[in-house]
Amino acid sequence: MTYVLRRLAWSLATLLVMSLLVFAGVYAIGNPVDLLINPQADQAEIARATALLGLDRPLWEQYWRFFRGALGGDLGISFAASVPAITLILERMPATLELALTAMLIAVTLGIPLGLLAGLRPRSWLARSIMALSTVGFALPTFWVGLMLIMVFSVQLGWLPTTGRGTTVDVFGIPLSMFTVDGLRHLLLPATTLALFKLALLIRLTRAGTQDAMLQDYVRYARAKGLSESAVVRSHVLPNILIPIVTVAGLELGSLIAFAIVTETVFAWPGMGKLLIDSINVLDRPVIVAYLLATVCLFILINLLVDLLYAVLDPRVKSGTT
Amino acid sequence: MGYACAMKSATLIQASRLLLCALIAVTAVQAHAAELRIGLSGEVTSLDPQFLAAQPNLTVARHIFESLTDVDPQTRLIPGLAERWRAIDATTWEFNLRRGVKFHDGSPFTAEDAAFSLARPLSIKGSPGGFAAYVRAIASTTVVDTHTLRVKTKYPYGALPEDLNSILIVSKKHALNAGPEDFDSGRALVGTGPYKYLRYQRGDRLELTRHEQWWGKAPAWDKVTLRIVPADPSRTAALLAGELDAIEHVPSADIKNVNKNNKLNVTQTTSWRTILLHLDQYRTQPPGVSDLNGKPLAANPFMDLRVRRAISKAINRTAIAERVMEGLAVPAANIVSPGVFGYNSALKAEPYDAEGAKRLLAEAGYPHGFRVTLAGPNNRYINDEQVLQTVAQLLTRVGIQTRVEAAPMSAFLGRVRKEETSFALLGWGSFAADLSLRSLVAAPNADKGYGAWNWGRYANPKVEALMEQALGSVDRTKREALAREAGTLAMQDLAFIPLHHQVVSWAMRANLNYVPRTDEFTFAHHFTPR
Amino acid sequence: MIAATAPTGVLAASYARDRIALIAFWLLLVLLFAALAAPWLAPQNPYDLAQLDILDAKLAPGTQSSAGLTYWLGTDDQGRDMLSAILYGLRISVGVGIASTALALALGLTAGMIAARAGGWIDGLIMRIVDLQLSFPAILVALILLALTGQGIDRIILALVVVQWAYYARTVRAAALVELRKEYVEAAVCMGVSEARILLSHVLPNVLPPVMVVATVQIAQAIALEATLSFLGLGLPITEPSLGLLIANGYAHLLSGKYWISFFPGLALLATIVAINLVGDRLRDLLNPRLG
Repeated sequence: MTYVLRRLAWSLATLLVMSLLVFAGVYAIGNPVDLLINPQADQAEIARATALLGLDRPLWEQYWRFFRGALGGDLGISFAASVPAITLILERMPATLELALTAMLIAVTLGIPLGLLAGLRPRSWLARSIMALSTVGFALPTFWVGLMLIMVFSVQLGWLPTTGRGTTVDVFGIPLSMFTVDGLRHLLLPATTLALFKLALLIRLTRAGTQDAMLQDYVRYARAKGLSESAVVRSHVLPNILIPIVTVAGLELGSLIAFAIVTETVFAWPGMGKLLIDSINVLDRPVIVAYLLATVCLFILINLLVDLLYAVLDPRVKSGTT
Repeated sequence: MGYACAMKSATLIQASRLLLCALIAVTAVQAHAAELRIGLSGEVTSLDPQFLAAQPNLTVARHIFESLTDVDPQTRLIPGLAERWRAIDATTWEFNLRRGVKFHDGSPFTAEDAAFSLARPLSIKGSPGGFAAYVRAIASTTVVDTHTLRVKTKYPYGALPEDLNSILIVSKKHALNAGPEDFDSGRALVGTGPYKYLRYQRGDRLELTRHEQWWGKAPAWDKVTLRIVPADPSRTAALLAGELDAIEHVPSADIKNVNKNNKLNVTQTTSWRTILLHLDQYRTQPPGVSDLNGKPLAANPFMDLRVRRAISKAINRTAIAERVMEGLAVPAANIVSPGVFGYNSALKAEPYDAEGAKRLLAEAGYPHGFRVTLAGPNNRYINDEQVLQTVAQLLTRVGIQTRVEAAPMSAFLGRVRKEETSFALLGWGSFAADLSLRSLVAAPNADKGYGAWNWGRYANPKVEALMEQALGSVDRTKREALAREAGTLAMQDLAFIPLHHQVVSWAMRANLNYVPRTDEFTFAHHFTPR
Repeated sequence: MIAATAPTGVLAASYARDRIALIAFWLLLVLLFAALAAPWLAPQNPYDLAQLDILDAKLAPGTQSSAGLTYWLGTDDQGRDMLSAILYGLRISVGVGIASTALALALGLTAGMIAARAGGWIDGLIMRIVDLQLSFPAILVALILLALTGQGIDRIILALVVVQWAYYARTVRAAALVELRKEYVEAAVCMGVSEARILLSHVLPNVLPPVMVVATVQIAQAIALEATLSFLGLGLPITEPSLGLLIANGYAHLLSGKYWISFFPGLALLATIVAINLVGDRLRDLLNPRLG
């Protein structure tokens, strides 16, 4: 528990540093009002709007105001949308999480079997083509893959929709699209695009782990006992390699959420990554800061869950001793 | 012509086949009887029609709300919620409001709603939108009767009808104490417009249904979905795949192929947006300008009309319009686009003349040229980054060695405000030449509200006097003549270098039609079946 | 650990046993040469605006220019010869990748060694910073940094260093701790060898090889990250495009059939990253089978 608390404290410290950075950065770049305001506005109107948003105050005063508000849970109102920044983020969060989780699901369900295949028969042509695939998967830029998939599956074949999010249904009050047919059709391409890199990573991890495990004594004993190859894999290899893989997969979820920024831009997916890019474009400072806060909290949560999962999978680890 | 060459290797055949198919593959659209799905190019930030005067917000808002004065597709004023208006004297305007107009909740539209809407922009908290600029000239409003509104201006002001086109009329009953969330949730989103709020998913789509009691000719579509797809290739792809019935702002890269596609229909017109280059005309040592060895010049070359003319002659506007913009631009010589109030058709775009440019430079004392830095945005106007590079290329050819500094609009504008640029690209759209002159050409003067975007601080008392006369006259014929004269003078003196007027385009299914609008707005109710 | 002891010849021979890795090695060599020699190889200097002609814009591969030059890979929307642009772009991409990785490696190495040697609160502080850095995805940190500092080759290198150094610091610290506990170090301390000397001449040579292998692969990651950031409009300025920016630039023309503007730079990027990865993987297998 102290570990969790310490981690929380450090994350909050990071957030503090990052919010300072964002404040100083936006302050240095320019006045958001210049970007947002109607061009016909004159100097007096620009000054009036700037003062209304408190942007005419010295930087330290602006930050102090934000800091006081943040302590009370108020991260400020979006300059562009006039809605609390945190509301904007929370509104978009389900779409991003849905995308990231589906991508992870794709990466895990394909990556582990493929990696296992490649690890068990490393010299076979199948293993070699799987590895070639993963190398290419590592190299392909996400945005390029996204457009290629749109061209083939949406424009040419007409099987799947090009962009956007499908019909949503409320699950415990959260609008999710993964439970409708239309939603899944919209989800497939962006999730695949996002999954590709992690798929390549998981293939490599599983292969390395499998190769490693096959050399271990317990596998040799199991074989000596006369267990079939599939039984060896099922009851000895898999459980042993699964622990690090689950850990990595969990930790990589955070990076998936961040990488979703690119995928969301290509597929016009209404998630928080796209919101971040739009907010950077108009220097909507409260939203940028709120995005950072939200991701930091998500990462803490994910790390916690991974630790718990680790403890469940590996009985040797007692919670709290990490 | 690219395809023949592509056949050289097997992989290229594959690649080009894929791309070819992409061009012709348009799945049959099984459209619902009267639903229209439109792809918009800009992010909508708020549904409050008076919060932020950005084109995407206004596009959406104008489906639900209307203004007192309206404009036709050529930006000429036409009646809106006001059937007639006239200036009673130099500072008093009377608006006769349309009768029988109903809000979406069935309540009647009255002068009270109009007066409330004109006062509202100044009272919205935290709005960076600048709608207040449109009501700045208003001293007071008086409700004469339920359908007559009188507006008194602080000074004689002829552009009031233009300004009021930007103020959308909200229902006093619903908007009185409404916050932004009331608009986003649809509660306060009660207007008189042809469409009613149905559902809104921020950043994704707005769904609308027809307002059956609308006073105008009933639009053809029962239901309208406005999808937000800012990524250019994605928007085209969604149209090609049949997920959208129409898109706005066809990407210039795709316009040729969309045009060739017989399952699609494209309409386009000259937009009101003019792309221009501001030149520093107030500092002796403008930043980024130097001789060929990087040493400061004795004088600011931009202050010399011969140099400004040389720059104008060195730019091949036809090449930019045809090559960079793929036909989505018209070479410019005017401060406003063709057809806009105050346009002078006698002014012709400067023809490309590299030799003439070199001669002028030599005359001005720069036979070998000099060095400049050209700044501009890379995410604001159509192909802005490419236009900057091409201008640099053309100027370099006549001896003005040009370095391009393209940055996102946020960073670029920040640098402009800090006066770190001396040669910069800007896009401008306006309903009238005198309004453009006020922002772009009049010497910066915060008290009068002049020259807020006159980055080069060009100053010409003669132009300014004519502009003031134009803005002050309530007689439209007289005003247009004055505005035209002022604009012509400014352009002959090259207050800034006009590059081109953008062309705005829409692409839609072949069985649809849309009358292209100079003001770039996309209105579902103006789409008609063919 | 055979890394420090295996003679180069033996290493080369065993490396060459894998055919694919050998091909990748030669490919990488060719690419590196092309990047280095770009100014001499390229038919055109794509940065010199006087050499570009807008009237030659978007020509298909194989077309002749007005000046008689053949555009083997076509031209982009500025009339830039794609072959030249790719050669120069490769130079920038590889340069950014190597420079940022080398700087990050140097920084991480220093921080990791200091942490391992100093211990105590210095170690604690460095490792906390490392943990924090690693808990944020690279792209997010780089994106925010670039959005705030603006575009430019120096800015992107800075951003890439910031997101990479922590990784090395942690690896180096772990390896250095192992080394420092070994007997020869104790012996050296007893003999009165100076601390700096121990670190530099005993610990460093043992720590460096595995980290270098990781760095090889990291170069590829850095190149890919730069490409992505450039695509988002936050990377390099358009006047001196990297491969990523060239792809992004051609992205708009993909649907219209002008595939060459982004297809060929994409191919070059793919080849570079795949080659670096294959070489890195093989080196890792040979030098340090347990690290992966």
